[in-house]
Amino acid sequence: MSGDIIELIKENVIQGRVNKDDEGIGEDTIGQPGVTELIKEGLASGVSVSEIINNGLTASMVVVGEKFENEEYYIPDMLASAEAVGAAMELLKPHLAKSGVKPKGKILVATVKGDLHDIGKNIVSILLRGAGYIVIDLGHDVGTQEIVKAVREENPDYLGLSALLTSTMVNMEDTIKALKENGLRDKVKIIIGGAPVSPEYAESIGADGYGADGFHAVSVIETLNGGN
Amino acid sequence: MPREGILINKPIERLSGEQIRLIHDASIEILTNPGLLCFNKKAAEIFQSHGAGVAGVTGSDTPCWHVKIPEKLVSDALDSAPRMVTLGARNPDNVLIMKGDEPRVFFITGSETNIWLDVDFSTYVNKADPTKEVKLPEFQPRRGMVADLCDSAHVCEHLETIDGYIRTVNIQDKDITEDNKDVNKFFACLNNTTKHVMSGLTSLKQLDNVIKMAEIIAGGSTKLKENPLISFITCLVKSPLQFVDDTTETFMEVCKRGLPIVVSSSPQAGTSAPIKEAGIMAQINAEVLAGITLGQLVNKGTPVLYGSVPVRARMDTLGDSYGSVETSQYHVDCTQMARFYNLPNYSTSGVCDTKTPGQQSSIERLFSDIVVALSGPQFLHCAFGLLDCNSVFCLLQAVLDDAHFQMIKFFLKSPRIDEQELDTVKKQIREVVATPQKMFINYIRPVMRSGEISPPYPFEGDGESDSVFALANERLQALRAKPVEHIDPDTTARIFREIPGLLPRLNVYKGESKS
Repeated sequence: MSGDIIELIKENVIQGRVNKDDEGIGEDTIGQPGVTELIKEGLASGVSVSEIINNGLTASMVVVGEKFENEEYYIPDMLASAEAVGAAMELLKPHLAKSGVKPKGKILVATVKGDLHDIGKNIVSILLRGAGYIVIDLGHDVGTQEIVKAVREENPDYLGLSALLTSTMVNMEDTIKALKENGLRDKVKIIIGGAPVSPEYAESIGADGYGADGFHAVSVIETLNGGN
Repeated sequence: MPREGILINKPIERLSGEQIRLIHDASIEILTNPGLLCFNKKAAEIFQSHGAGVAGVTGSDTPCWHVKIPEKLVSDALDSAPRMVTLGARNPDNVLIMKGDEPRVFFITGSETNIWLDVDFSTYVNKADPTKEVKLPEFQPRRGMVADLCDSAHVCEHLETIDGYIRTVNIQDKDITEDNKDVNKFFACLNNTTKHVMSGLTSLKQLDNVIKMAEIIAGGSTKLKENPLISFITCLVKSPLQFVDDTTETFMEVCKRGLPIVVSSSPQAGTSAPIKEAGIMAQINAEVLAGITLGQLVNKGTPVLYGSVPVRARMDTLGDSYGSVETSQYHVDCTQMARFYNLPNYSTSGVCDTKTPGQQSSIERLFSDIVVALSGPQFLHCAFGLLDCNSVFCLLQAVLDDAHFQMIKFFLKSPRIDEQELDTVKKQIREVVATPQKMFINYIRPVMRSGEISPPYPFEGDGESDSVFALANERLQALRAKPVEHIDPDTTARIFREIPGLLPRLNVYKGESKS
């Protein structure tokens, strides 16, 4: 029974089906249980959280990664699968502590003040959730003090700052300065991303990393996380 | 199922209805005043026997007749010429059905070039910084051989954007003579592609051998009529307004046999036709109408294509300037004229002036490929791989052209906007707007897999370097490695038994070196 459920979870993550209304990329899938329904069914029937995470979610993302490498899958496919894993993790969150499974880390993301562009930040959020992180998305056009407050309250392991405009990227530097002034800089690792920024810019403003795109951002955070 | 081609939703037009009528009237007038010079006696006699004004020209070194074609003969010919022409193929899935009143475009290779361009890649190292190197193509021209024609037909078989095949290279092997060229070039094409094969004829004496070969492949003369897997192209009218003796003879003999044929005229604005658009249009239209009329007089109902290959002269050399913008204008005009007559149109695009693949070649060919295709000619001879105004063929360029045509074909698809589609997207918009992330990415996936999203340019390199040639060459080598769907052994054996003049090395089942 547990094996069947795990296989179905795996199959549906690969299909990128969050719930029964998702069509994924298979035929006649609509109406069939998706990842969230299967997780609920699994938990109800006593399948362990660690088995769901290790043999269902993580194992399926390995397959998705291979498909991406082989150009069988494209970024929308990766995102769909990551979103399915993210939805699964939300459901599993209340069960993590008692099952002894720890999330990889907590990350707070925001598009900085004056910038309304959030596609990149949203993609990074989906991918990070899919990779097993807890993501708190502060949204776009987020003021420096609002970010400082959230860092103080949420105590995240990482802070991701995004900007698309040369006129708003300077607010990343202001944010880092404000974190220093509030004694919070050393409590959080900061990575930045967005079209106008670069590794050199990240270094110049004192960020810990730079993500060229969504996948690179996840990889940088995994490295900062000690390769976990 | 025949090939679909691309149905142009709203073909571009340059000429108004009034301008089309004016060109038609001018052409009809030109056919009687000044009329045409005819260097073929049989053709002059046929015209005369059907009421055309025919008079011997005195003082000419070669026998020549002055022919004035009355409007009635032209209109009768336009009535009897089929509105629909089928171009068959060895593989039934590659059959082309062309309707004069339907702007459905098929993309076909050609023409015959003398020069084959080999490509090799060399690596150049920056003297100042030896860590920097670049790989660049070097092009070596040489005479085309029958092995090249086989190679080209095979590669074009696997290029999906190509709907049919006109031989791309003139075979100039030492053992190729005027007497065996036609059978060998047709066999080389037919044995290496299952798509339709069109060619001109070098020697009329070989016509029946070529047709017999096609009959053997098709399964008999009736089957060949039903599935004409070969067709012909002739430039029987040399501009301005002259029926050439030998090509007119060839044209009439093909017409008698009822196989599809292109009546092609290729005047050059500025030299063999007036430089003004109105002038070249009135003249080319008169020349094509004269050819169509002769064809219908020879054999009523002969399937003909209105063939137009007009070009503007270069001002520096008075050579052809296929890359000129006016040349594309003439082609669009001709497509409109053919549609006015409800006849399938053989048109030309993609011929460039430059001698090697590169930026100029891409710009020139893309410009005409896009605009001429948009006008909706049924048979678009789109100069796959051709360079230097039809003098040079390069397979690397053909592979690059295939990428261009993937883009063009995608662009030419009809828009899918209907109530059902709009209901679906309205639902999507409402659903997405209600989510925190407000992204439509989830809806991409089924669309991406249904072929509704255009593919990326296939030769895009990594980083800032331009890797187009190197990547296109990789694709070329991959295509060359694909299997060849040859004619089966029994049919091949029969062809080699019954058709004289075939080069033994073209028989792939004889254990001799393949071409």
